[in-house]
Amino acid sequence: MSTAGAVAALLRKDLRLELRTRESVPAMLLFSVSTFVIFRFGLDRETLAGDLAAGVLWVTLLFAAVLGINRLFVAEREEGGFDAFLLAPVDRTAMLWAKALLLFAFLTAVELAAVPVYSVLLLGPSPFQALPGLAGLLVLANAGIAVVGTLVAALAIQTRARDLIVPLLALPLLLPIVIAGAQATAPLFAPAGAEPLPGRWLTVLGLYDVIFGLVAFAVFDFLLED
Amino acid sequence: MTEAAPAIALDGLERRYGERAALAGVSLELPAGATLAVFGANGAGKTTLLRILATLLRPHAGHARVLGGSLPRDGWKVRGRIGLLAHDPLLYRELSPRENLRFHARLHGVPTARIETLLELVGLAGRGDDPVRTLSRGLAQRVAICRAVLHEPDLLLLDEPYANLDPAAVEAVSPLVGRASGCTRVIISHDIEAGLGEADLVLGLRDGRQVLRQVRSAIDTATVRELYG
Repeated sequence: MSTAGAVAALLRKDLRLELRTRESVPAMLLFSVSTFVIFRFGLDRETLAGDLAAGVLWVTLLFAAVLGINRLFVAEREEGGFDAFLLAPVDRTAMLWAKALLLFAFLTAVELAAVPVYSVLLLGPSPFQALPGLAGLLVLANAGIAVVGTLVAALAIQTRARDLIVPLLALPLLLPIVIAGAQATAPLFAPAGAEPLPGRWLTVLGLYDVIFGLVAFAVFDFLLED
Repeated sequence: MTEAAPAIALDGLERRYGERAALAGVSLELPAGATLAVFGANGAGKTTLLRILATLLRPHAGHARVLGGSLPRDGWKVRGRIGLLAHDPLLYRELSPRENLRFHARLHGVPTARIETLLELVGLAGRGDDPVRTLSRGLAQRVAICRAVLHEPDLLLLDEPYANLDPAAVEAVSPLVGRASGCTRVIISHDIEAGLGEADLVLGLRDGRQVLRQVRSAIDTATVRELYG
């Protein structure tokens, strides 16, 4: 079977499992909304703008992503999915791409709900002007988080300390995404209205995605070895 | 692979977990279409052997040839021709038998029509849409058997294939995993009489070491029973 066919089969199975169990996306969303509320009261501010607004959004999305990363391979480990997949005559990187696409879909679903909630709860400036730029940034960031998150999840699931390993590895590795995302988002959330996206930080996000995509492609096979 | 080549050829096979040798010095040849029964107490190395043959574990020393491919190098060539029925059913509990089998059929490039044939054969057509978590262990074992034989493998690796099955179910799955399947088979069993009944060649393991290797006709139940002493 082709790699694309295997990716489609894995993705369809994982989406069906998520729709049935609702283990990841609702938890990520609930976490995001709770964090926004905590920031609102913790900072004692009714509205945020500029650097602070961008930072709060990206930090929240990063921690929500960690929840999804933690659960990414649980069904494979606990229900023998790894063994069944490894017995199939398909390219093993199909698992990498399928899980990365799944995490990308989870993050997008969470953001589709969390960003409007953030706009209502905390964001000072109107979000409408910022939307096209923010959407592009989130797509680039989600791609990077998805690839690195899949890599970290595949590594962590082999250990007994999965819950510890994921944040310990993922947070430093994903730091460049938060920095680039927050820096690029700050002008979009400027108090006087959205300013143009800084191209430098978009390039950083794009390069991050390409580099870690290649690294993941190169090493993923070895993570599935015994 | 030529007609005369054995389906499985092991020579001094070893596998360690840290310092502990889970398998050491296992050597045998199993002709195509024949059945190897593996006996041994818990922790003797039976499952490790099965996982090496399934290409899921790398041997640390020795040579293993399976279906003409040298492991682990040629694992990718042979894994689509191997059917594994492990101790765990390797099924997603939240999916139904049909959904599980459809997923595996896609990975193996098998037409989905075979799923209905298999479910009918094992008497599960009526429960095919219930989540696996709602099935009894016996029913889940039937689904696991369907999964293992879905792609019509040449080599079947079976860990207690009849566990949790009632006599009618044993009869139903026999064409799939029994001698009638025509496959080369490696069977792990704690039921000595049943295991010997299926075997052409018998392998006994103790603490990872091969302590018995005989053709079935040269062995009796008492000899096998000593492995558990």
